[in-house]
Amino acid sequence: MRSINLRGKTALVLGVANKRSLAWAIAEALGEAGCRLAMTYQGERLQKNVSELAAKHKNSLMMALDVTSEEQADGVFAAVKSRFGRLDYLIHSIAFARREDLEGEFRKTSRDGWRIALDISAFSLVSLSNRAAPLMTEGGSILSLTFQASQRVFPNYNVMGAAKAALEYSTRQLAFELGPKNIRVNTISAGPVPTLSARGISGFSGMSAHHRKKSPLQRNIEPREVGDTALFLCSDMGSGITGATIYVDAGYHIIGL
Amino acid sequence: MASVEEKVKHIIVEQLGVDEEEVKSEASFVDDLGADSLDVVELVMALEEEFGLEISDEDAEKLTTVKQAVDFISSHAK
Repeated sequence: MRSINLRGKTALVLGVANKRSLAWAIAEALGEAGCRLAMTYQGERLQKNVSELAAKHKNSLMMALDVTSEEQADGVFAAVKSRFGRLDYLIHSIAFARREDLEGEFRKTSRDGWRIALDISAFSLVSLSNRAAPLMTEGGSILSLTFQASQRVFPNYNVMGAAKAALEYSTRQLAFELGPKNIRVNTISAGPVPTLSARGISGFSGMSAHHRKKSPLQRNIEPREVGDTALFLCSDMGSGITGATIYVDAGYHIIGL
Repeated sequence: MASVEEKVKHIIVEQLGVDEEEVKSEASFVDDLGADSLDVVELVMALEEEFGLEISDEDAEKLTTVKQAVDFISSHAK
């Protein structure tokens, strides 16, 4: 039983691919606290998995959303408005880069590969925040998921490191602009978790083992810990926090050697 | 108690939504059982979870048939 109560609140959650997704853990945490959920899925391939989660939470709304489509994004926010009237939380847990851009030499990233990765993984936070803000009439909280490769070098992370750097900068700029509306914008920098997308990074299992060995807590993190942090940041308990990159990484980011 | 082979086949049936009879030893996940690349990743992760082991990217790439998966699990499971 969670002690934070989000009854009467509504969250729009992007990025549930399957039960191992960080977005799934976040949706579960918010849902268990009484928050109503609107969830989007990317393509029919993942619809079945999202329905499984939606079935566990009464009154939830489920929609397809490819963030490169302006029309689909407009449709999703129109649906949220007509169903729930307003929005309290936006959870952005999506990223994409082409496979060939997640290995080999970063300097060989193609213009298209760069554009696709930055568009889907970072620009989408900006454009979705612009759509979410007018619906957050009683203030709100916007959260995204980042990774420390925004600041330091992780071999193979390549163009996604650039995308995450853009995402973290956008978090600060959005926090500045939306602060007067009492909308807080933060990003969670999670340690490696074996999700569907993480497994697409070449050398993921080695990276995960290294974190386990070197982090102060000497373990990897659980998706649930990301869910709990998201819940805290959305709730009034996080009311003083905006523009922040919060590390949920068992402390790995403080380590030099 | 179910054997490793039975358990692995059961997971394949569940993950790929195929009939048990189709899951023959030599069947390839992609060519015979209709798995796409996401299915294969999910399958590997389901095997890791069931058998409490970690399958590295390099090893995962070599698991393309039912037999390869069964053999790998049999020799690595704790």
